[in-house]
Amino acid sequence: MNGPMETNGKRILPLELRDVTFEAGGMRLIKNMTFTLGGAGKVFILGPNGAGKSLLLRLCHGLIKPASGQVTWHGGNPKHQQAMVFQRPVMLRRTVAANIAYALKLRGIDRKDRADIVSDVLRRTGLARLAEHPARVLSFGEQQRLALARAWALRPQVLFMDEPTASLDPAATHTLEELIAAIHAEGTKIVMTTHDMGQARRLADEVLFLHRGRLLEQAPAERFFDAPENDLAQAFMRGELLWWRRRKNPLDVPHPDPLDYRQGGVTP
Amino acid sequence: MDDFTGAFSTAFFMIASLDSDLAGIVALSLRVSLTAVAIATIIGLPVGAALALFRFPGRKTMIVVVNGLMGMPPVVVGLIVYLLLSRAGPFGVLGLLFTPTAMIIAQVLLVAPIIAALTLQVVEDLWSEYSEQLRSLGAGPHQAIPTLLWDGRFTLLTAVLAGFGRASAEVGAVMIVGGNIDHVTRVMTTAIALEVSKGDLSLALGLGIVLIALSMSINAAAFVIKGAAQRHGNA
Ligand SMILES: Nc1ncnc2c1ncn2[C@@H]1O[C@H](COP(=O)(O)OP(=O)(O)OP(=O)(O)O)[C@@H](O)[C@H]1O
Ligand SMILES: [Mg+2]
Repeated sequence: MNGPMETNGKRILPLELRDVTFEAGGMRLIKNMTFTLGGAGKVFILGPNGAGKSLLLRLCHGLIKPASGQVTWHGGNPKHQQAMVFQRPVMLRRTVAANIAYALKLRGIDRKDRADIVSDVLRRTGLARLAEHPARVLSFGEQQRLALARAWALRPQVLFMDEPTASLDPAATHTLEELIAAIHAEGTKIVMTTHDMGQARRLADEVLFLHRGRLLEQAPAERFFDAPENDLAQAFMRGELLWWRRRKNPLDVPHPDPLDYRQGGVTP
Repeated sequence: MDDFTGAFSTAFFMIASLDSDLAGIVALSLRVSLTAVAIATIIGLPVGAALALFRFPGRKTMIVVVNGLMGMPPVVVGLIVYLLLSRAGPFGVLGLLFTPTAMIIAQVLLVAPIIAALTLQVVEDLWSEYSEQLRSLGAGPHQAIPTLLWDGRFTLLTAVLAGFGRASAEVGAVMIVGGNIDHVTRVMTTAIALEVSKGDLSLALGLGIVLIALSMSINAAAFVIKGAAQRHGNA
């Protein structure tokens, strides 16, 4: 058995972004992004802090609206076929099991089916023994796993994840990577961000490289990690790309000015 | 001094023997205040939640009004209800003045703003924490209302208790609209005021002790709720 519920409904992929910009606080934070996500591979969005990775995930997931340009899904009812795991997990003030059941209820799953799905995903994420614990007393790593379990329970066609393994210990990271692979094997498209380059090499099939709100490179993972075409991507991979302008002596400026990079001209 | 100790022992005797005068007054007080708090909760929760979640014309004015009503002196509320229910007032034909119903109406006006204002605060805070997650799961503000009320249940219960505390402790409003009529609208607070002015301290003290016990229980309940909330990681 592949789990109590297969990803269902009409295929919503590919996802197409055409000339998408996003603005907030008088700043253009996502700039003229155009790309298509089709296929089955795991997509990794890479780039330095503040590049716009989280904003891009929110735009794709429909949580924020572009200032201009279009985010288009191919068909079906895209709202009900995607899920997202946030950078900081948000748990309702209920038990672990109730958190998952709540998500299933919103998707219109019958009460009698909910219990089966809940116990199935809890077992597969190793959370079964915590089922009746209040979700908010779980450790951060456990909450991260619960967030993934809750998203998985929905059997989405597309699963967005924002740094799902940030602040997890190595064993927990390994477990989560296995889960991600399992979810992917069941036919869910994975679109995620990470700052763990080892993880990206292990899991990614396709890479989008972002810098200062621009998409600088979209490439198959193998080619990207072999030799990124973009200069900034190369610098990023060498660990030399900072999101603020580099000083000769970093100690001259104890606190990098976060406004600096926005005022500075964009290279490409 | 003898008088004082005598009053005390009589008071305890009245409580222990469930004196019928005292029991009648306590029962009426509880009936009026509990009914008022129940109605105020039914009004206050949805109003507070709606003010927190929806943007509509007049919203800001309503928030100011609700917060203003929260600090309204009970005698003023009593006066307003009196004017509305008096024979010449718009609802005079209903003949409600000097009935327990009039007292319930006055207490609803005193308590509903407290519950609405606290609900507004609780729901607003939860929504700012939950909104992206809930929208991602497919719930908009409408579907979120029961979720947010449930997740704020511990704080909201404390708000309801605070409302009950205010209702059962106030004198001014029920005195004006109830009239402190023996066996009809005489509640604990108005009875105490009357008995003290008559110089009969034992019934006043007996009722005072019951009121203190009530207030203690409310605080104890709030304490228990807080503990339960912390066990759920809600602090
Ligand atoms: N609502 C907002 N108003 C103003 N600026 C914002 C807003 N949201 C995000 N930003 C800015 O947009 C930029 C991109 O933010 P985003 O969260 O997408 O970065 P990120 O690539 O996910 O970074 P990290 O790796 O640190 O998570 C940041 O500089 C951030 O300060
Ligand atoms: Mg981010």
